[in-house]
Amino acid sequence: MAYYLAKRLLLMIPLLIGITVITFGVIHLTPGEPVEMQTAMNPKVSAEARDRLRKYYELDKPIHVQYYRWVSRLVRLDLGKSFSPDGRPVAAKIRERLPITINLNIISLILEFALAIPIGVMAATHRNGPLDRWTTVFVFLGFATPLFWLSLILMYLFGIQFGWLPISGLHSLGYATHGFWWQLWDLAKHLVLPVSVATFGSLAGLSRYMRSGMIDTLGQDYITTARAKGLSERVVVYKHALRNALLPVITLLGLSVPGLIGGSVIFESIFSIPGMGQLFYQGVMARDYPLVMGILVIGAVLTLLGNLLADLGYALADPRIRHGRGGAL
Amino acid sequence: MTRRDSYLRDVVLRRLRSNPLAVSGGIVVLVMFLVSSLAPVITPYQPNTLDAYHVLLPPSASHWFGTDDLGRDVFSRMVYGARVSLKVGFVAVGIATVIGTIIGLIAGYYGGLVDSLLMRFVDIMLCFPTFFLILAIVTIREPSILNIMLIIGFTGWMGVSRLVRAEVLSLRERDFVQAARAMGCSDLRIIFRHILPNAMGPVLVYATLGIATAILTESSLSFLGIGVQPPEPSWGNILASGKEFLEFAWWLFLFPGLAITVTTLSYYLVGEGIRDALDPRNVR
Repeated sequence: MAYYLAKRLLLMIPLLIGITVITFGVIHLTPGEPVEMQTAMNPKVSAEARDRLRKYYELDKPIHVQYYRWVSRLVRLDLGKSFSPDGRPVAAKIRERLPITINLNIISLILEFALAIPIGVMAATHRNGPLDRWTTVFVFLGFATPLFWLSLILMYLFGIQFGWLPISGLHSLGYATHGFWWQLWDLAKHLVLPVSVATFGSLAGLSRYMRSGMIDTLGQDYITTARAKGLSERVVVYKHALRNALLPVITLLGLSVPGLIGGSVIFESIFSIPGMGQLFYQGVMARDYPLVMGILVIGAVLTLLGNLLADLGYALADPRIRHGRGGAL
Repeated sequence: MTRRDSYLRDVVLRRLRSNPLAVSGGIVVLVMFLVSSLAPVITPYQPNTLDAYHVLLPPSASHWFGTDDLGRDVFSRMVYGARVSLKVGFVAVGIATVIGTIIGLIAGYYGGLVDSLLMRFVDIMLCFPTFFLILAIVTIREPSILNIMLIIGFTGWMGVSRLVRAEVLSLRERDFVQAARAMGCSDLRIIFRHILPNAMGPVLVYATLGIATAILTESSLSFLGIGVQPPEPSWGNILASGKEFLEFAWWLFLFPGLAITVTTLSYYLVGEGIRDALDPRNVR
């Protein structure tokens, strides 16, 4: 296990270097200069001031020097200062936004698993029955429906037509003046729509994955053995099959990280939730290069960590790997 | 060889035809093709004609899907929007498939260091939240249909390359490839004549599903205002104007959203249908 962990950590180093190279390349090898964006609209900015800005951002240096400077600051977790007028450090901006996105995603992940596992199991055990057919239809709809459209429809129905739920932000006006329970209730109401949309988006894939995993497992010899022993179907399905079918789902968790982060742009900007997706969108629109680069790097590193955790979880859950007999790894 | 090919094709086509979901998906896809190629004939109005006297009209006999805030006919705009979706879907997936196939072939066939380097590159690319990457590049370069197609293509090839590589790894050791090598065929001939045709099935499935994803990505970008720029119509940017008039004009967001959902759903159904038809476990 220790050997496995060490090997995995070492393998991450070239990936991290690659991530920084690609992030840097994407931003710097495309035409258009940040200083121009910042000053072009403003006739008061003289050529001299423009030069000063360019120097401040080190845009006058050759590209490899810029990269070197950026990476050496990066390893000290210094992501530079935002181009936006407030000029705050990018790291601080990300730090206040990231928890919102992560918490939202954790809530919807929990919901997804709570729904997808029973749906997948039922669809697999009642294969080709009415429930299986309906979940298949639902799953395809989940793949095909654009999340921003679903958000709009829900906003229209529950926010405007029925007026049951707030449609933007996380808090109502005057939030701070109320007691704790009122605040909690208010937050919950604001979260219903975005969380439902996020959950619906990934539910489809997860339940389908769960279904095929269950079908594969139920066809294994040890399941036949368990049935032959005379165990009840309930025990066979939930004790013997489910635990094995859940194993690959752990990996799926790691793989879903980039999709979750990427998807946050859409519903955070629709529902005006001040998370990392919205921050990225604002940064991109303002061509705030340090911010965009910072979020790209953080997003990629989070994915890397997600994969690592998923693999470790898999190794812990699977005795074949835990006891070091998984020679392939 | 050719006889086996045509036999396989017959079997796959027969199975595809007997799958009602795949057939209905295929019909929708064909209709979309027809609609977008006949756009000027079908549309009752010009997609960009402004009409200040008929602003935000609900659906009626003269304006089937109503009009938008500038008095433009939503149905006509959606027909032209279908063209955009189709173009983006096919071109982006075409780019991704070609890049992914070439990289997968090289990595799988040559193996060793080349394979390790290429696959690490794939791993790195897969770390980025794709939508972030697309958003960043599209904005820094100009948002335009061409750039969107290129960028969705250049950020979407990793899955194909892994798929092709895995196929090549298993095909490489088969007898018929060994025989071709023993006969002195060149690497290029072995790759393109013997390996590639046998690896195309899964790639076709992946590409069909990819078209759906590309259409969704384009409409998301256009919805966020970073995709197809008005006045050029796209389903995504019609929806964006629907968001502004959410309270007054349900037709502005209902119809384009339905169009996107039905279209992507159809590509998924066709893709899944081909997957089932190609699966040897389904032989009956």
